[in-house]
Amino acid sequence: MADYDQPTMGASTAAAAAHAQLKKVKKQKVLLMGKSGSGKSSMRSIIFSNYLARDTRRLGATIDIDLSHVKFLGNLTLNLWDCGGQEAFMENYLSQQRAHVFSNVGVLIYVFDIESRDVDRDLATYVNIISALVQYSREAKVFVLIHKMDLIQPMTREDVFDRRVALVRRKTAEAVAIVRKQKPEVSGVGGGLPGPGGGGGGGAMMAGSLPSPELSTPIPDLEVEMQLFATSIWDQSLYKAWASIIHDLVPNLSVIETQLASLGVAIDADEILLFERTSFLVVSKWTSPEGESNPYGDRFERMSNILKAWKHTCSKYTGTPRNAEQFSDFEYKMGANFSMFVTKFTTNTYILVCMPPGEARFNSAKLNVAAARPWFRFLDGPMIAPTAGIGSSQMLSGLAAAGGEVA
Amino acid sequence: MENRQRVQQNLKDGVKVPEPIAVPHAKGKPRLLLMGQRSSFMEFQVWDFPGQIDVFDNPAFPFDMDAIFGEIGALIWVIDAQDDYLEAVARLNATILHLQRSYQHINIEVFIHKVDGLSDDYKLDIQRDITIRIQDELSDQGVENAPVNFHLTSIYNHSIFEAFSKVIQKLIPRLGQLEAILTNLCRTCRFEKAYLFDVNTKIYIATDSTPEDMASYEICSDYVDVIIDFTEVYGSWQRTPEWRKRLEGPPWEQKLEDQVACEWAESGMVLADAQRPIMLREVDRFLALVAIMKEGSYEKMPQINMNVDVVVKGLTEFFEITKSKMTPTAVPGGVTAVGGNEVMNGHGMVGDGR
Repeated sequence: MADYDQPTMGASTAAAAAHAQLKKVKKQKVLLMGKSGSGKSSMRSIIFSNYLARDTRRLGATIDIDLSHVKFLGNLTLNLWDCGGQEAFMENYLSQQRAHVFSNVGVLIYVFDIESRDVDRDLATYVNIISALVQYSREAKVFVLIHKMDLIQPMTREDVFDRRVALVRRKTAEAVAIVRKQKPEVSGVGGGLPGPGGGGGGGAMMAGSLPSPELSTPIPDLEVEMQLFATSIWDQSLYKAWASIIHDLVPNLSVIETQLASLGVAIDADEILLFERTSFLVVSKWTSPEGESNPYGDRFERMSNILKAWKHTCSKYTGTPRNAEQFSDFEYKMGANFSMFVTKFTTNTYILVCMPPGEARFNSAKLNVAAARPWFRFLDGPMIAPTAGIGSSQMLSGLAAAGGEVA
Repeated sequence: MENRQRVQQNLKDGVKVPEPIAVPHAKGKPRLLLMGQRSSFMEFQVWDFPGQIDVFDNPAFPFDMDAIFGEIGALIWVIDAQDDYLEAVARLNATILHLQRSYQHINIEVFIHKVDGLSDDYKLDIQRDITIRIQDELSDQGVENAPVNFHLTSIYNHSIFEAFSKVIQKLIPRLGQLEAILTNLCRTCRFEKAYLFDVNTKIYIATDSTPEDMASYEICSDYVDVIIDFTEVYGSWQRTPEWRKRLEGPPWEQKLEDQVACEWAESGMVLADAQRPIMLREVDRFLALVAIMKEGSYEKMPQINMNVDVVVKGLTEFFEITKSKMTPTAVPGGVTAVGGNEVMNGHGMVGDGR
């Protein structure tokens, strides 16, 4: 028993300290951009509205901006701006609506269609978008999705992706370089730090860029934080990309992670995954040293994919709406090999626990996970009062009960 | 010989007598359940015939009829429902007449295929039309009661699996007994529907006697898929000896095999809408029992598991005996009596629980 109590106690005090900051609902503006027909709305529908990949062909072109508020984990709201990608709209975003669209952006998701015929033009648009973004929201993170990868031969997929990544990175650097030079003019914010230089040749890309005179003035240190993913709606790669996007947005992630880890140690699990309820994206995960030897590196997005497909089957069977909750409890014991269960955890999350076989172990783990619920209540949104104390005591009694059962 | 091929595929399905090769002998040894190089529960061959060749009238290359039709159990004839099918029907008629002469035991299964996209009324119209054409022709030729069955199929839903399941079921010896076992289990444990799946092909080899519905087949077959996926990700790799040692050490002091209640895969899931549970239980390397339960019966899971355990034992014995098929007459009485009896005991047990 003793070695179980230790980590849980530690985590509960840490949690208590952190609970104070958990009350505020965080809003994040997420821009979803890319050329018309590149698949923005399709992926949004799959992730947040539980569409099947083949159903997305019913979607028409997005007109102007399709604004949606996605409540994610209760204390995070995503303001998802799905921006129609036809050129007329794009120009509009970059000119009249520039400040409206690009200010206060938390994340920009830019989608490239790998099959696009006019790559140069796509990249030119991309450079303009990045410049506008850097100009109005310096802190924004950028995720570039190289989409429709299923259309590329599997053999050459990696190659094609790598080449595209290099190209996009270069263009991003160019775009940033341009803004760096313009920055003092546009907003008058002259940072004290000297820029790292380089990217001087990028000026040729944009018509309005000004050459050498600006180089002598102090340049603000601008860097765009970006990640690139190869995606396709026909496999789990989409979930991998979106899980990393979400991962960076979830508030109090470190609290979730430490608590998940202590829960994992307490119930002797091999792996714990925490899913968001509607999208079934992996919010957080914990893996034991033994579980790390699992050869399936893509298992997290695979689990999302499997459970989402299952949800769809259920909704067809029960006739309930796609977004409704479909199952509350799932358990699977595979002889003397492993046991696992997926269960509704907090209002907004599901938890998956994979653990060693054994009836007693399994039952006590289920009880403990139920007892640990109050600990994670902060996931469901702004709390009325911190309940860390109550939560931890419940957890301890849960453990005692479980221990008794084992002995 | 026509160039245009109306009969898209005209596959002859040579189905041998099923041989359950799946009875575990070494009990207690660690196994990869639901995994590995598995073949199907039934050992059957599929002979796929090119549609443009007329087997019965081919002077250039006469076929050996006995080699082709002597051993087969079923013939599947595929008709494209979205095309003009008159010629296909005419050739099917010729085929049936040929077969009826010398191979009367062959079941003729007509798949009216590609019915996705057709309205329900139109589907039934086509089926009726084809049925009448074939029956008229056959009775004109003096053939009565030929074993011809019709299935509406499409690859865009589960109907093709359902149709194949029915074809296979007709070739299973003592199917009635199997169905009786499942019906009994359903009544005892208050299941809505139970299927015995061949895990690899998603074909069900038996179900209980309640009316069939596609929806329950779909959800059960997808459930099998979920289990297979989970098994692959978390169950297909070897854990370290230290892991095992730690788990078998204090406070448990038991071998892992003794810590589990059931050495085969078992799983349960509660649907959110009416708290309707679905359960799955592996029967042997190839078969899994999947059942949809009545609302609110999840609490009775332990009792249900015991009943299912008994049925699974009965099924295993059943297959052991039908496999040997040396004395077919002795088969049903012995085994199913065992299955039936034990389920009756189970019945009493659940009764207590209520």
